[in-house]
Amino acid sequence: MPRPSLTAALSRRRFVQGAAATGAFAVTGRWRRARAAGGAPVLSGTRFDLEIAPTPVNITGHPRVATAVNGVVPAPTLRWREGDTVTLAVTNRLSEPSSIHWHGILVPNPMDGVPGLTFRGIAPGETFIYRFPVRQSGTYWYHSHSGFQEQTGLYGPLVIEPKGGYAQAFDRDYVVFLSDWSDDDPATIVSNLKFQSDYYNYGQRTLGTFLADTARDGLTATIADRARWGEMRMSPTDVLDVSGATYTYLVNGQPPAANWTALFRPGERVRLRFINGSAMTIFDVRIPDLAMTVIQADGNDVEPVTVDQFRISVAETYDVIVQPRSDRAFTIFAEAEDRGGFARGTLAPRPGLSAPVPTMDPRPLRTMTDMGMSGMNHGAMEHGSMSGMEAGQGAMPGMNHGAMGHGSMSGMDQRAMAGMTTTGGAAAPVSPGVAVDNVAMMPQPRLDSAGEGFPQGRRVLRYSDLRATKAGEDPRPPTREIAVHLTGNMERFIWGFDGRKYSESQPIPIKPGERVRIALINDTMMEHPIHLHGMFSELENGHGALRPYKHTINVKGGERVSFLVTGIPGRWAFHCHLLYHMEMGMFREVRVA
Amino acid sequence: MSACRTAFFAAALVALGVVAAAARAQTPPASPEQPALSPGMPMAMPTAMMGPPVMDNRIFAHALLEQFEARLGGSGADFRWDGQAWAGTDYDKLWVKTEGFVRHDGTVDDGQQEFLYDRAITSFFDLQAGLRSDLDSGTGRQWAAFGIQGLAPYFFDVEATAYASNRGHFAARLKGSYDLLITQRLILQPEIELNLYSKSDPGRLIGGGLSDIDTGLRLRYEFSRKFAPYVGVAYEGKFGQTASLARRAGGGTGGVRFVAGVRMWF
Repeated sequence: MPRPSLTAALSRRRFVQGAAATGAFAVTGRWRRARAAGGAPVLSGTRFDLEIAPTPVNITGHPRVATAVNGVVPAPTLRWREGDTVTLAVTNRLSEPSSIHWHGILVPNPMDGVPGLTFRGIAPGETFIYRFPVRQSGTYWYHSHSGFQEQTGLYGPLVIEPKGGYAQAFDRDYVVFLSDWSDDDPATIVSNLKFQSDYYNYGQRTLGTFLADTARDGLTATIADRARWGEMRMSPTDVLDVSGATYTYLVNGQPPAANWTALFRPGERVRLRFINGSAMTIFDVRIPDLAMTVIQADGNDVEPVTVDQFRISVAETYDVIVQPRSDRAFTIFAEAEDRGGFARGTLAPRPGLSAPVPTMDPRPLRTMTDMGMSGMNHGAMEHGSMSGMEAGQGAMPGMNHGAMGHGSMSGMDQRAMAGMTTTGGAAAPVSPGVAVDNVAMMPQPRLDSAGEGFPQGRRVLRYSDLRATKAGEDPRPPTREIAVHLTGNMERFIWGFDGRKYSESQPIPIKPGERVRIALINDTMMEHPIHLHGMFSELENGHGALRPYKHTINVKGGERVSFLVTGIPGRWAFHCHLLYHMEMGMFREVRVA
Repeated sequence: MSACRTAFFAAALVALGVVAAAARAQTPPASPEQPALSPGMPMAMPTAMMGPPVMDNRIFAHALLEQFEARLGGSGADFRWDGQAWAGTDYDKLWVKTEGFVRHDGTVDDGQQEFLYDRAITSFFDLQAGLRSDLDSGTGRQWAAFGIQGLAPYFFDVEATAYASNRGHFAARLKGSYDLLITQRLILQPEIELNLYSKSDPGRLIGGGLSDIDTGLRLRYEFSRKFAPYVGVAYEGKFGQTASLARRAGGGTGGVRFVAGVRMWF
């Protein structure tokens, strides 16, 4: 835990940053709804100068060097306007090449910022000029696409104001940027994972959980359960690869004790733009005593849906509106999916107030559904052993998956497309090998599930809740389906698509203007946030023409999920947004030519 | 103090950057001072930067000292080491294994060193081939080595290696261990190693058949994953002809002893 003196130091820094941000608005005259409120500085306009440089920080009490933009982590919030053409001069003051990728932004391919694919990267000491028209609005972010710089701080919020005004009224507008900070060198983290893939997992099954499960389920069931996982050489406690054992979780760059605070007046509608800019952490977000109305996902408006909690995978964004009516503080609570720690901020009517910090929910366990085997477990096994698998975690959300998933409407969409050619997975089935430790036998849609780890009675956002407010731009049905297996070997910490790492792969070809369905089949039991650059991923979640446009799709273990795309020319990156999965090979080029 | 300084620099940088940005924003982009403002063109085109977008074929190197311990009791304290190190990619590695005893009288025995090429062949197993060199106070021996190492079902770490010497001898070594988590950091590890030889080799006091077993039960506490002191018991036993040779040479044939050591990796 950070020391009190650190909190004070951070407060001072926050104050200074806030002052700088205010100055910026005074100069540019672009101050509107945005308020600094202890966040990173905000830059707006059409011309931006960003300087990437090593910058000393102290987040945990130990001095470290971050990769910062204009001296701050997160990087300054950039506010663009839909319809403008923006110019961004990015100067690299590091001793290694760098880059900035505009996550979710539809840009010409050479502006996409992926070294080795769309440009050469930005050499030390050099300036790269990005310039492109802004053709969309919403909440996005930007980050380095070079090595591990994203882990060490090179990430920032991106807010684009819609040309025609906001669909939803609100009185306050705050970015809530979630990230994971480690004092350790990312190269050390990945090296540790290569040696011991459960290096950071301090929530493993022990003698204690064995005894507890025996007391609840009986000895025979407990042994059978342990044997099933043991036979596969998998651990159901494998939730996140990197945990709070090394991470400190941040809200707008501030650790929990610093308590980043956003102000409101009771009764005001407050827009919170949640961005998960973590390297490896999936968060479950709630604000106790305050319902959240989700109005936007991945920068695109959705029909408002009111929830108590949502899971935000790496690189996703959700905009919510809250309306606190009482004159008291509320805690914004973002717990890591593995419950190894949390990020925390506060909504308060006055500075200095805080609300109780809730205890974290029970740690979820992986299930046979995550292994893509739930279809095989129907009947006798489902209720005997499946319930045992949710061991000691209170609620048993996994029990519902089998039943609900099969009825999912996205499956119906797919059956409606007759006579379509399929390439990828079906043509080249994946089999276990060095790079693959499991192949989902019965992958199934899981859009109606929020995932594991949520207590019963809480309303949690599901992908099937996301319904666009307007129909997509391309009404054509797909003419081709590309199946992509998400594969990995947990023990060896090798990750890839279709059993191959990037270095062993060929580009996935799509023709310009071609309408394609990409089906993702998750053979691993972990979630993978899959991000396609350059074009939106139109999630087939049962809402037909009102399918939501996303840039990052979180694929649950054992899940089959699909999205539509229309080919935009270029060499586009397509990858898992868990940084160490991507860097270990879970990456492809989608070549539209 | 440093946080304070950081804050100052951060603020100063931001303020400078912002003012500069604002000032420049009002300058026509075609001004002669900024001819390089054509999008996508760095001011000087770098040449040797076109690496792949991800580096998924890195070389990693690690070393593990599984046993680094004193064995106490019996005729005196012995020192035991057993470790391995490797470097390479996901598929191909160079692998070194070393184990042995420094006995209380200063002699070194059971000193086996292996230099192997390691190839990942299945989800959980690697094939290994190379040389084994018996280097200690006894007569040196050289062997060709061929084996497998990996994680067996139910999380047993196993190694099985066959050896052939230029003198027409064959040998085999089997190792297995299991980590039983009592808590997240307190781990009980049963472990066993068996050595078998096709013919006796009096020069190394080894008889044909099952020659020796080294097995132990160690309770370690992982202060960190990489540093875990332990205590436990170990049984070292010689069998058959090997036991006879040991007795003839005036040595013991084994027994149970208390161990204390540290497990480390790098």
